Amino acid sequence: MNQPPEITFSGHFMLEGRELFDACFVMPSARWTCLLGPSGVGKSTVLRLLLGLETGGVFMGNISSSDGQPVAGRISYMAQSDLLLPWLSVTDNLMIGASLRGETGDQKRAVTLLERVGLGAHGHKKPGALSGGMRQRAALARTLMEDRPIVLLDEPFSALDAGTRADMQELAAELLSDKTVLLVTHDPAEASRLGDQILVMGKTGMDVWPAPQMPAIRAVDAPETLDCQSKLLAHLRALAA
Amino acid sequence: MRKLDFLLAILLGLGIWQVLVVITGAPHFILPSPWRVAKAAYFSRALIAENALVTITEVVLGLLLGTLLGMATALQLTLFKTAERLMLPILVFTQAVPVFALAPLLTLWFGYGMGSKVVMAVLIIYFPVTSAFHDGLTRIDRGYLDLAKTMGGARMQILRHIRIPAALPSLGSGLKLAAVYAPIGAVIGEWVGASKGLGYLMLLANGRAKTDLMFACLIALACLTVILHSLVGLLAKRLTAYAQGETRSGP
Repeated sequence: MNQPPEITFSGHFMLEGRELFDACFVMPSARWTCLLGPSGVGKSTVLRLLLGLETGGVFMGNISSSDGQPVAGRISYMAQSDLLLPWLSVTDNLMIGASLRGETGDQKRAVTLLERVGLGAHGHKKPGALSGGMRQRAALARTLMEDRPIVLLDEPFSALDAGTRADMQELAAELLSDKTVLLVTHDPAEASRLGDQILVMGKTGMDVWPAPQMPAIRAVDAPETLDCQSKLLAHLRALAA
Repeated sequence: MRKLDFLLAILLGLGIWQVLVVITGAPHFILPSPWRVAKAAYFSRALIAENALVTITEVVLGLLLGTLLGMATALQLTLFKTAERLMLPILVFTQAVPVFALAPLLTLWFGYGMGSKVVMAVLIIYFPVTSAFHDGLTRIDRGYLDLAKTMGGARMQILRHIRIPAALPSLGSGLKLAAVYAPIGAVIGEWVGASKGLGYLMLLANGRAKTDLMFACLIALACLTVILHSLVGLLAKRLTAYAQGETRSGP
């Protein structure tokens, strides 16, 4: 696969006549960028702007990619809710993108991807028959199925129990290693494990937070991870106060 | 156990009815006893069946046409925002016109035959079906629509693969309402002007002081409505089970 593009985001966003944020950042190619910050500072808005979705406000600025191609249409998206359609089998859920574009889905690829996320035996089941962790794995497989160079993740693991969350982080890090990834999260531990770059968004603007030196994905109990996590948590608490 | 409850409820109802007849001492042309009504129903069974068949046909045709029309309207309202803005207030306004008051007009326009009764049933169920289906089509988790958009989904395909399946339970609730309303529409149509049907027979029996026959017709009509409602209820259950991804063999 070709090198995924680097994405540059810069500009400010107005909501109901008042500035919500003024931000400028770069998502490096084939790296994980983690975006943290208190609720309501506009993390999700950044995500929606990148995706080209309705935000209810006005954005003045620029979103560009290093290869000069438009960003829209080259991003796949995974949310906190798995958004699997309950009436479709897991395999059909993986192929929903093709159905929505009026194309025929690649069943073979869907089966291969399900095997990669460890759901090989569950393709025929309806999402309702799967556990929360399995459903998020299916959603991850659907994200991969779209095969886009840029992936945006909106707190995709936050509803999972701690063990499942750690497993999912490792799986996602492995499977999305060749993509330019932006992960919006509330969890300093998650950002410390996964972030090649960590961004903290506050009311005053956006800052780069020093990520641990060792390459991602880092062990949960590595001293560097734990150190980064505790300092980040203290910083976030100060921001929210 | 539930069957037993049902049987007991019927017996209780009949008991209260019989007690009322005895206490009030009303003559049989005012309040016939259950036994008299049963006899009338038995002796006039062919007549009741013949007229019930007409009413059933009107109701079923009305249900089918009204459902199709209601679904088509809801889909169109969902696809075209302008249509939604213009049509929704008109639809609500038409609901303010009592459909019963239109019955004489419909008879004038569509004649004494089945046509006017079918139209009446269609009119009476059109709004509940449209409104329920439209609600289902538009009140959908925004996340699904966002995801579909990021996948480059076309509007028609989103409608087909996401909105319509997600709206099936709401359509089911609309249909259950329609199943109760449609017989009312047909019978009112028959009261205003008809030569066949349970409504017509009731009016005829009433005019000749055959109150027992009228009661028999009324009970036949109630039974028809209950059966129709249960059948449509089963269909609604299937629609909901499909949309929730439950397989019939599953838990």
